[in-house]
This record gives sequence, C-alpha cells and structure tokens, in this order.
Amino acid sequence: MKILIMGCGRVGARLASLLDEDGHEVTVLDVDTYSFRRLPPSFRGTALFGNGIDEEALKKAGIEDMDIFVALTQGDNRNVMACQIAKHIYNVPRVVCRIYDPLREEMYSALGLETISPTKVFSQLMREKIEEPDNNK
Amino acid sequence: MYIIVVGGGRLGYYLLKALLNEGHEVLVLEKDARVCKTITDELGSVCFRGDGCEAATLAEVGTGRADMFVAVTGDDEDNLVSCQVAKHKHNVPRTIARLRNPQNAALFKKLGVDVTISTTDIILETIEREVPTHPLTHLLTIDEKGLVIVDVKITPDSKTVGKTVKELSLPAGSNLALIIPSEGTARTPAPGTALQAGDQIIAVTTPDSEEALRSALGGV
Repeated sequence: MKILIMGCGRVGARLASLLDEDGHEVTVLDVDTYSFRRLPPSFRGTALFGNGIDEEALKKAGIEDMDIFVALTQGDNRNVMACQIAKHIYNVPRVVCRIYDPLREEMYSALGLETISPTKVFSQLMREKIEEPDNNK
Repeated sequence: MYIIVVGGGRLGYYLLKALLNEGHEVLVLEKDARVCKTITDELGSVCFRGDGCEAATLAEVGTGRADMFVAVTGDDEDNLVSCQVAKHKHNVPRTIARLRNPQNAALFKKLGVDVTISTTDIILETIEREVPTHPLTHLLTIDEKGLVIVDVKITPDSKTVGKTVKELSLPAGSNLALIIPSEGTARTPAPGTALQAGDQIIAVTTPDSEEALRSALGGV
C-alpha cells in the first residue's frame, strides 16, 4: 500500500520504518529536514520536506495516489486540518489522525475522522499496569 | 449581539475595540497570560485566558449563546479547529475565520466555517488596484449568491475598443453594470454602447467565469 505519514518525530519515524519493513511504499513529510535523522539507514521510502496543511506540498508528496494518510505532528489542530484536507479534498480512502486532547478527539471522531488519542490510550494502559496484581512476587 | 473573538493579537485587539464601540458584548479568548493582562488592564474584563480550540473553554465562556464566533489567530489550523468546535459543539450560527493561506478558503467552507477572510488576498487586491495596467480587479465577493463584482480596464490595445456591448461574447452569468469613461460621467451600458480605450467597466460575474470575462473584455 502507498502510505503518507505527516510528521517525522519519534512515532512518525518509527511507524515509517515499521511499515517500510512490511513492504509498504512509505512517504514521510516534515517541515524540518533535520527530523529525518530519525529514519534508519535501511529506510527505503521517501522523506520529503513540506507542510502537510499546504495543499501544494501534499500534492507534491503524491497525496492523490495514496491509500492511507497518517497525521502525527505535535499539533492537534495541524493534524486535524491535514486529515480533513486528505479526506475531503483528495478523497484518500483511509485517514488516521492523532489528537492528544481527548475532547477534541471525541468531536472529530463523531465528525467521521478515524482518530487516536495517545492521552486516552496511554493513561488507560498505565492504569491497567498499576492496578494489575504483581505476578512477579 | 454576543461575539466571541479567538486570538488577542493585533487584529483581535483592534477588532475587540471596534466591536465594543459599536455596543456589542464581546469576549476575547487568548492563551498568553501577558497579552490577556494587557487587554484586561486597558479595557476591563473582556479577555478570558484560555485555548479557543478547547470545547471546555468554549463551554465556560458561554459559547452556546454566542451569535457570532470570530477566529483571528495567526494560524489557519487553529482558526479552523476553533470554528469547528464552536459550530459542531456549541451550534454558533455564524463562524468567521481569518486565513493566512488564501487556498484554504474552499476547504474551510466545506468544513462548516461560514465566512473566511483572507488578509493576504485583501492586501493583494488593494495593491493590484493601485497598479494602473492591471486588467481585472476584484471589488466585492457575494458568497451567498456565488457572485463577484469586478473592475475591468479597457486598454488602448484591447480588441474590444470600438465594439458595442451587444457585439461582445460575454460568458454566461456575466453582466456589465456600469461604464466609467476616462472623461465624462459614468453610465449604464446599453446594447449599442461602444467601448472606448480608457473605459473602466464594473461587471458582475461568477468566480468561474472571471477569466473568460477578462478575455472577452480586455483580450488583446
């Protein structure tokens, strides 16, 4: 599959290299080329300079042919806007959006975006970790 | 009217003052404590410190009873999201967003922002109007009707010089409203009116036929 990832931070870079290992055709977009240092030397995909909320940059990254678009920048609003461009302007079949703020995540999920709130997921995970009986003792 | 303004930057600040002067109930939402304090010190409790993109903040300031919601921060994505939260969570009847990137206008409209204002476009249009050779300038966009009012200059080398209005092949939906000759008074064009070099034509058209109208009138 052809996958476009916006944001080459820790998660973006890791996801890119995992998907690349699985044999997908991956393109990573970031506004800071220095962040591409996080990609492993074995990465066979494309790393592209550009802002994912700019339609021209998205076009250059080949958004029209993408099967999946993933927004993983630090800004919730930037992710939300980029995903809505991908979904409503370029009709990308599958769009996944990271939104830290749980309230905003719920709203955009209700509006039809596929969303993940790391805040919700991680606090739930931690809670389970803390509350589970310690099996090592 | 109760109007909420997101962003207490220079635009937000002057907007707040103007709206207060007109007698409206206005509240500015601003994230930065210092900016918020400056506004409060000068104008009283008309500034609330908080993130205008957060549903909880918007609930706290009574967005549900706002008549108008105006987002004028310097970031398009923040303006989009705060307008969407106001619209979808709080049912504000009219949301207005400032744009930095003019290309975002169509997207914002599609996503539920009622009015977009591109400061870049406004400045550009004003500058274009000052350039004497520019063939077509925007005067006004009437969004609800899908119409634009434009100003077209007939230059001496235009093919249309000497032609009458009925001889022009104007695109569908385009009408000439007024002819302002370089000398003499403005007149309403009749089918037999001939175009002269130096004429300034005020025309009504649609955004899509703008280019066609330009070549029909000014084509060289």
